[in-house]
Amino acid sequence: MADGAIIDGADSTDAGVRRRDFIHIAALSLGGVGGLAALVPLIAQMSASDDVLAESSTEIDISAIAAGQAIKTIWRKQPVFVRNLTPAEVAAAQSVDATKLRDPQSLADRTKPGKANWLITMGVCTHLGCVPLGAGQGEVKGEFGGYFCPCHGSIYDTAARIRKGPAPKNLEVPPYVFSSDTVVKIG
Amino acid sequence: MSFPWANQYKPSNAFTSWLDEKLPLPRFVYNAIGGGYPVPRNLNYAWNFGVLAGFCLVLQIVTGVTLAMHYAANAGVAFDSVEHIMRDVNWGWLMRYGHANGASAFFVVVYIHIFRGFFYSSYKAPREMIWLLGVVIFLLMMATAFMGYVLPWGQMSFWGAKVITGLFSAIPLVGEPLQQWLLGGFAPDDAALNRFYALHFLLPFVIAGVIILHIWALHIPGSSNPTGIEIKTESDTVPFHPYYTAKDGFGLGIFLLIYCAVLFFFPNALGHPDNYIPANPLSTPAHIVPEWYFWPFYAILRAFTADFLFIPAKLMGVLAMFSAILVWFFLPWLDTSPVRSGHFRPLFRKFYWLLVIDVLVLGYCGGSPAETKYVLISQIGATYYFLHFLVILPIVSSIEKPQPLPFSITDHVLGTDAKTVAA
Repeated sequence: MADGAIIDGADSTDAGVRRRDFIHIAALSLGGVGGLAALVPLIAQMSASDDVLAESSTEIDISAIAAGQAIKTIWRKQPVFVRNLTPAEVAAAQSVDATKLRDPQSLADRTKPGKANWLITMGVCTHLGCVPLGAGQGEVKGEFGGYFCPCHGSIYDTAARIRKGPAPKNLEVPPYVFSSDTVVKIG
Repeated sequence: MSFPWANQYKPSNAFTSWLDEKLPLPRFVYNAIGGGYPVPRNLNYAWNFGVLAGFCLVLQIVTGVTLAMHYAANAGVAFDSVEHIMRDVNWGWLMRYGHANGASAFFVVVYIHIFRGFFYSSYKAPREMIWLLGVVIFLLMMATAFMGYVLPWGQMSFWGAKVITGLFSAIPLVGEPLQQWLLGGFAPDDAALNRFYALHFLLPFVIAGVIILHIWALHIPGSSNPTGIEIKTESDTVPFHPYYTAKDGFGLGIFLLIYCAVLFFFPNALGHPDNYIPANPLSTPAHIVPEWYFWPFYAILRAFTADFLFIPAKLMGVLAMFSAILVWFFLPWLDTSPVRSGHFRPLFRKFYWLLVIDVLVLGYCGGSPAETKYVLISQIGATYYFLHFLVILPIVSSIEKPQPLPFSITDHVLGTDAKTVAA
């Protein structure tokens, strides 16, 4: 045998390495790797399951939404606001110097080209996830005429950008495309 | 603690002698909460609340396991199953009201227990480990209570779950994936409800385990007492049983009177009417508040409305809220005064009561709507809260001149040693 030091009797310390040390290290290492591998499914089982991920696109008919109106719809079990901005609201959003905002984005960044009046955002406050008011009829829109979150007082403007309060970001714009002039596919 | 004068366990018959050899459980109990545990003779009723907290845990486990036999953790039927418990299950209303109000009672008792610790500096050496384990128990209680409140799947349940898991989304980079992992989806739903149920069932038993460690750590130095001076002789102590089993039993009776008065006459006084509306992901209640026992910490969370340095307001609020409890872990080393009891610390005593008022004010603000004036008061209150622990306490400890301490516990209770001898 080439490596006599390891194959020698259990208590041999000829080369400073005992056969038993090798067995201990190998067994514990393999046990540790196995234990860590077992954590993978235990942790991964908590992530969103396939059926939850499957509900990830939805189509909306926007033909009935008049200027100044908004609807709430659902995508991924979360509310989405689809709002048809009035020309005054578009002008109000465009008149702001976007670079000075907390989350600097212009209205054009947040809408599709040629569809600046269609403001489609998640109805989820970026602070702690409440549904802001302002999309339903008669709801408070806040001092910037957009959305107002009643939970902790975040105020969004007519481009759904954060202007006041604790929320760090603008209302998120979900991925969407105009399938036609009157149908929007979210997700 | 093995005080040399502690009573020794003596098996009283052949069976207990046999048992003592095979599994000395009666001996263990005798030494832990029986005649074999010498306790300072001067404990006041503030020392009653540990036993009461233990009672509350048992109450919650018993009513909780009963409720679990009738509850269904599925977003489609959870709300209805709770109503089924209330209306159809025999005595179901008692179990549910007993459990919901039991949670409030548990927190009342534990808050008094904690503030007893603050006043008498029960966290100081050699009892730091008892204190640290206590803070762990409190954190576990908060997690358990939060997840339990989600289970009825009413509006407050749903939005509470959304807001609290939203706290984790404040963490940079990993926040959003972490929140989705915690919820098992993009918003609270079946997956979240089921795991909260599983953990809500598990955590009370984890709490019971940490309580065993808490009491184990307590028995090494023995209980503190209102004078804050250590036991010197046998005359400073009485055996736990029958003296404190009787005193705690009396306290338990008073506690049960108040608990039952709330349970039978005002069972919904501490709840929110909104939670009798089934969860609706499309409509946030106008005024989301957690249960009353989270209000002070919720006020601290909401106090941060502007970005601070490079930290966004949202993350700042979350960090502050968790720090408000984590700071307790450092208390044994922040309060450096060698004197324990607030009775002998005139300056500390004043700031102690200011802290009590501050926490009550924060609690009031946390339960109020997010209006400017309440946010402003919360900001002042939160600032003072951290000042108290991080600045005032260390300074007071170093400049304060404590009043003279009595020679011994017996001395304090009976006057001089001369009188003791005469007695």
